[in-house]
Amino acid sequence: MFIGHFTERPYQDPSSGYFGATGRSIMDLGMSNASYDPRLGADLYNRYLDERVFAEEMGFDGLMLNEHHSTPFCMGQVMNLEAAILARITNRAKIVLLGNILPIWDDPLFLAEELAEIDMISRGRLVTGWVRGTGRESVAHNAVPPYNWERFQEAHDFIVEAWTKPGPFRWEGEHYHYRYVNPWSRPYQEPHPPIWIPGVMSRNTVAWAAKHRYPYLMLATELQPTLESFQYYDEVAAQEGYEAGTEHRGYLFKVHVDETEELAEEAGRKYVQGPSNPFLEGNQGIVRPFIQNLPGLTQRNNLLPTMRSFAAAASRGRASQHLKDQKKAAPPPPPKDTYVDQTEKLSIISGTPDSVIPKVRHVLETLRPGTIFFWDGDGAMSHDDQMRSLRLMGSDVIPAVREMADELDLKGPFENDPTRDSEAAAAEDAPENSDNPATQAAD
Amino acid sequence: MTDDSAYREGELALATGTIKYLEQGTGSPVVILHHSWGSPGWLPFHDRLAEKHRVVVPDMPGWGGSERPAWARDPRDIAIIMTRVVSALDLDDVTLVGLGFGGYVAAEFATMNPSRLASLVLVGAAGLQPGEGEILDQMMLSHRKYIEDSFRDAETYTGYVGEEPPEDVRQLWDFSREMTARVTWKPYMFNRRLEPLLGDMQVPTLIVWGGQDKVVPFECARQFEAAIPNARVEVIDDAGHVVELEEPDALAGLISNA
Repeated sequence: MFIGHFTERPYQDPSSGYFGATGRSIMDLGMSNASYDPRLGADLYNRYLDERVFAEEMGFDGLMLNEHHSTPFCMGQVMNLEAAILARITNRAKIVLLGNILPIWDDPLFLAEELAEIDMISRGRLVTGWVRGTGRESVAHNAVPPYNWERFQEAHDFIVEAWTKPGPFRWEGEHYHYRYVNPWSRPYQEPHPPIWIPGVMSRNTVAWAAKHRYPYLMLATELQPTLESFQYYDEVAAQEGYEAGTEHRGYLFKVHVDETEELAEEAGRKYVQGPSNPFLEGNQGIVRPFIQNLPGLTQRNNLLPTMRSFAAAASRGRASQHLKDQKKAAPPPPPKDTYVDQTEKLSIISGTPDSVIPKVRHVLETLRPGTIFFWDGDGAMSHDDQMRSLRLMGSDVIPAVREMADELDLKGPFENDPTRDSEAAAAEDAPENSDNPATQAAD
Repeated sequence: MTDDSAYREGELALATGTIKYLEQGTGSPVVILHHSWGSPGWLPFHDRLAEKHRVVVPDMPGWGGSERPAWARDPRDIAIIMTRVVSALDLDDVTLVGLGFGGYVAAEFATMNPSRLASLVLVGAAGLQPGEGEILDQMMLSHRKYIEDSFRDAETYTGYVGEEPPEDVRQLWDFSREMTARVTWKPYMFNRRLEPLLGDMQVPTLIVWGGQDKVVPFECARQFEAAIPNARVEVIDDAGHVVELEEPDALAGLISNA
């Protein structure tokens, strides 16, 4: 099993009022950066890098970074910079980028070059992951939403080719045009760094990942719809002529461990405080649904079962009718303690190692992932909160999870190659895989 | 004079896809290009015009019942197809009316194929980058807010649409917005390559603006007037951006006398 660590690196600023229960509205894409404090930013970037170094010391296999734009809940706007620094200051852990937002790159050759440099500096520890991004990202970098999926696929095809095909060559696609592709940098890993695909709701993306045999990582979705999405991946894999295994399944979930149950609850409640991801149930941020749900960004009939989840749907702004129907059907439920609610359905697992480990086991038994990431140190959690948890992860949780994984035969993608036999399959498909990038990019 | 009691539905098979349109009346032809949120169907405004004209209301390609040209990435692509529509219907001496985004397409049309046009009517037309202010960006607003802002005031909006838009109307708006984004996400609702081409466009042009238009700044009316050799501006004080809904008689009167 592959065990990784993740935090969104929130911009925690008590003085601006955008942090903690200060009462100031946290409206996504509705806040000015006039109150951004670069000195505080400097402290936070360095804090998060330090915590990653310690996470590696504590035994994590991977350090996951993500990327969002124009929002305080994630400082990883240019996560490739953080990755490049980690490549130099860590030694063993994989640097897992989940993921670069391909459609917002107007020049993906830059991305191919950057990632190859990171892979070389880390001596082959880069895991690259690619996403389509949310409405926020399309707005922030002004990428045309209806062409998001086309651009994702073409950028993917182009970057893989730029990494693997000896240059110089020409690329004339629908969205990208190059007369001279010959980057003077190549990935350290052969034929290129592993590609993992994170996501939450697009059936297109799951099917696409399964066709490419890329591991698919569900990001903090509820257990049952996550399982159904993995099953959909398995179905597509079967249609493609291979059997998907645990190495194709990844799952990110919120796990915090602490010295006492009291401390664990105090820190665990901070998941839903401060500038935590407004996608997430119960936090204090607000999204504007029409911006998340931009025209043509996702085909309306191609949503995964995760969208049945109230939290996911409401937070992504696609559930207005569903919510209205619910409102008509039944009186509103009494207000709930969202932290308690989420701990009951294991959306948040926070406790001492003794109480956390059985819950992690339940998740592993239910989903059978070969890759997991513990999402910790987020929302309003302090550096001390994170460091206590990392220590206990190292001493108690990670060793216990490794034993469990052996017992449950949960192999990660560095134990079973998820792309095995795919070269033979690709050779069979060769007549269809024309060299013309324009035809490859068509959907 | 109308000789039919109801409009007819027509269909054209072009190589670029099927075009649906509504039609009524006889006389000199008036072709009306709809707003970015699609054609809402046959309107009192069309009835007024059909008393004197053959009125043709197409769904532009990718909107309503007309097939989406997946390759189209620019309002100019839509305008090219609309020139084919007018040719295929063999319409001459056409009064081409463009409403909002439809005005953008109509202006592009006129730069390319003026020979079939008798006059051009731009109503709250997009297409030029405002010298002052910005065109209201529907991509950053809910459907409801954008349509509401297209009316002179909230009461008028509610009078037309109701407190809650019906499901089919919401779907029309959603579907239309996607096509709008496909051709004019960026730059939003203008083309810097349009204004230079208007200078040699000799079609007499009437520019109509609602005095309460909150979608396209009035500055654009003056910019069109300055760019087009034979153009004049009329303002309908009490209308917002959707002049054809709020002041159908006044607008139809201006068009018939254009």
